[in-house]
Amino acid sequence: MTEIKQNHPAATDRYGVNPMYLFRWEDTQNAYVLLYPEGIVKLNQTAGEIIKRCDGEHTVADMVIELQQSFPGDDERVADGVYRFLEVFRAKGWIRRQA
Amino acid sequence: MPKDGSVVRLDGEGKPLWLVLELTYRCPLKCPWCSNPVDFDRCNGNELDTDEWKRVLREGRELGALQLGFTGGEPMLRDDLEELVAEATRLGYYTNLITSGVGLNEGRLVALKNAGLKQIQLSLQSSDRALTDSLIGATAFDLKIKVARMIKSYGFPMVLNVPVFRQNADQTAEILALAEDIGVDYLEFANIQYYNWAMINREELLPTRAQLERAEAAVKAARERLGDRMTIYFVIPDYFEGKPKACMNGWGSIHLTIAPDGAALPCQEARLMTDLAFPTVREHDLAWLWNESPTFRKFRGLDWMREPCSSCSEKETDFGGCRCQAYLLTGDACNTDPACGKSPHHGLVTDAVARAADPARTLKPLVMRTERAARELEREAEHG
Ligand code: SF4
Ligand code: SF4
Repeated sequence: MTEIKQNHPAATDRYGVNPMYLFRWEDTQNAYVLLYPEGIVKLNQTAGEIIKRCDGEHTVADMVIELQQSFPGDDERVADGVYRFLEVFRAKGWIRRQA
Repeated sequence: MPKDGSVVRLDGEGKPLWLVLELTYRCPLKCPWCSNPVDFDRCNGNELDTDEWKRVLREGRELGALQLGFTGGEPMLRDDLEELVAEATRLGYYTNLITSGVGLNEGRLVALKNAGLKQIQLSLQSSDRALTDSLIGATAFDLKIKVARMIKSYGFPMVLNVPVFRQNADQTAEILALAEDIGVDYLEFANIQYYNWAMINREELLPTRAQLERAEAAVKAARERLGDRMTIYFVIPDYFEGKPKACMNGWGSIHLTIAPDGAALPCQEARLMTDLAFPTVREHDLAWLWNESPTFRKFRGLDWMREPCSSCSEKETDFGGCRCQAYLLTGDACNTDPACGKSPHHGLVTDAVARAADPARTLKPLVMRTERAARELEREAEHG
């Protein structure tokens, strides 16, 4: 059986920001922003907190735990959100799975 | 060149998110579609110096600017470019260099990388050496290809910018293949906007509708083949669509351009409106120019509109099109952009398209961007 490389994030995956993008906090927007050739994305709080942890160090499982601590309440919803967001960000080309 | 169709739609909340510095109008090339003013030599000897540009950079960040373009003319002609890029990086801009490639040797590329330059946009006119060199009035095709590969070898994201006109529209497939071979990240087929030099040469440059349809088909095939590997921008130009472009996301909305002599412009073409005043950064700070200058306030928002725009449901999407085009074609910038099918002046655009496609029309040589041509055009204008 050949193994099919899934596009869905796995708990042990680590992500990094696409090197073409510049991710940082921007005071004048009071938000995290992503800057790239010809574009600007202003990130909402959740997106910013997730991409901040796409640092090649955090695994997806680490991210989930940290975000569940920052946004206590519905743990399952937070976990779902992290997986869903990661998939969207990867599809947009903002982040890449680290080898 | 303003980016038709590739600008992320966003509300700047009144901030000039996009700052463009035209470091010089000087250029070793003679492109007959050049968007610089016809009297481009007006700024010779009058360009802002390094410290003046640095002040613009600082004040731009204070106003919330994030994206920064270094353009011209040919910005490589400024030997303080590396110093300005380093200052911009320190201030937190995403720095883009827009160049013809002439003057970009390996030493300067390394220096720019070290200065923190993020992205390079290189112009290329064709996949054919002889055609390219004749269109730009210089021997530069081989150099451009060499520079393109060098940019990639240093790991810069690269936009290859290809202006589209009749002479190259049928080479779209070849240009796509060349870009793929180079490893370009973004390929932008930029429709010529007919102002300044491009307006002088409009009849010779306008592609035909059939050409554009073939080009679009080639782009579609390439997108399917390449998937995520290369992003391809291609928009059917406003002259053919009956729909105006959402020019600059609205006048004075997110774009601020500083001309070589320090004049603050809502877009790079705005100076063709000779009845507007364009105060410079030598007279005012950037905050005043952006927030208070009557020129920036004039078409900001939607209040300046007349019919058919003022009662149109599209007005918050396209902002009534391009003010410069309305001025240039109808003589009044408050009119609806004639590219719009609802404009009473729309015939000016459709006639131009029909005239350019008429096989019986008299062919004229392209007027190259030279000081001599500028002088002759000036004389013609004076003597009617
Ligand atoms: S369009 Fe051509 S002539 Fe004009 S500034 Fe660009 S490279 Fe130079
Ligand atoms: S009438 Fe004005 S607002 Fe309506 S589509 Fe045309 S340019 Fe846009």
